[in-house]
Amino acid sequence: MTAGSPPPAAPAATSPSEPARLVGEDATAALMLGDDALILSHRLAEWTGHAPALEEDVALANISLDLLGQARTLFSLVGNEDELAFLREERAFHNIQLVEQPNGDFAHTIARQLYFSVAQEIRWTAVAGSPDCPTPIRELAAKAVKETAYHRDHAWEWTLRLGDGTDESRTRMRRGIEVMWRHTGELFVPIPGLPLDEPALRAQWLTALETVLAAATLTLPEGPDADAWTAGGGRQGVHTESFGFLLAEMQHLHRSHPGATW
Amino acid sequence: MTTHWPLWEVFVRSRRGLSHTHAGSLHAPDAEMALRNARDLYTRRGEGVSIWVVPAESVTASSPDEKDPFFEPSGDKTYRHPTFYAIPEGVKHL
Repeated sequence: MTAGSPPPAAPAATSPSEPARLVGEDATAALMLGDDALILSHRLAEWTGHAPALEEDVALANISLDLLGQARTLFSLVGNEDELAFLREERAFHNIQLVEQPNGDFAHTIARQLYFSVAQEIRWTAVAGSPDCPTPIRELAAKAVKETAYHRDHAWEWTLRLGDGTDESRTRMRRGIEVMWRHTGELFVPIPGLPLDEPALRAQWLTALETVLAAATLTLPEGPDADAWTAGGGRQGVHTESFGFLLAEMQHLHRSHPGATW
Repeated sequence: MTTHWPLWEVFVRSRRGLSHTHAGSLHAPDAEMALRNARDLYTRRGEGVSIWVVPAESVTASSPDEKDPFFEPSGDKTYRHPTFYAIPEGVKHL
């Protein structure tokens, strides 16, 4: 199966009324945004049982489930959710490389979440307000923007506390911000089917990040960014080393027991 | 790490309630994070429209040892219940 030929539409068991299927560029957009949400959801779920505190365990799981819900809605616009999540090969996933990056320490996870959530909130707001975007995606965006605002807030608050915390937390937060930075170049690469003013969105993103990082006594990393250089190829199905391991863990149950339910 | 975080008591006002009700407790590094943790732990299923968090150390509680002097004397004072009034005719909504 390839991304270009999504599986035949099967009725979504969870939806009483069959949603209208998107085709062409609109389907590609839904798939790309859905892949971002699914893969980050999986990464965050890896924290379950391992977070620094029980309260944070629940917080990260909540965010993970929000993202999973977004992914399910987007996938259901394209085809069968399970087939899209569990039966595609690595090259058929179109998520940006940022969301597949390993969790690292807690500060790495927060840095990844900060970069992504700030961007996602800006994107959902723009999509919800743009009549040129596909209607089903606009509807999802209008709903998801409230969830995403909370995700951004969570990452924002932790960035402040880690950045402006102890020497140790500051060192780790700065490292997280720097390590994840090189994967942010793809955040505002134009998405087919979503005619948005990406440079304007990116300017908003930079402004927001400068604000929070300044308050956290940190600065945006120097050096190459999306304008000059990007390591990204995620939108083209090119992924980083750890992605194959993520897929193996995420997909093996479904592949071992096709069609299993509980 | 958790052991260094102070304990907070959480009060949630439900959609239909007028008062905040004690929902439980949690650990958090500060009040702002306590609010967020409370949101994640105690309002996951649409339970609330408002949250208070209070440092657990700020709560002064009655002692179980004082239970009898505190509460027993009110047990036999039935005249404190408003059950000894004849309700005048014509009074509605009572």
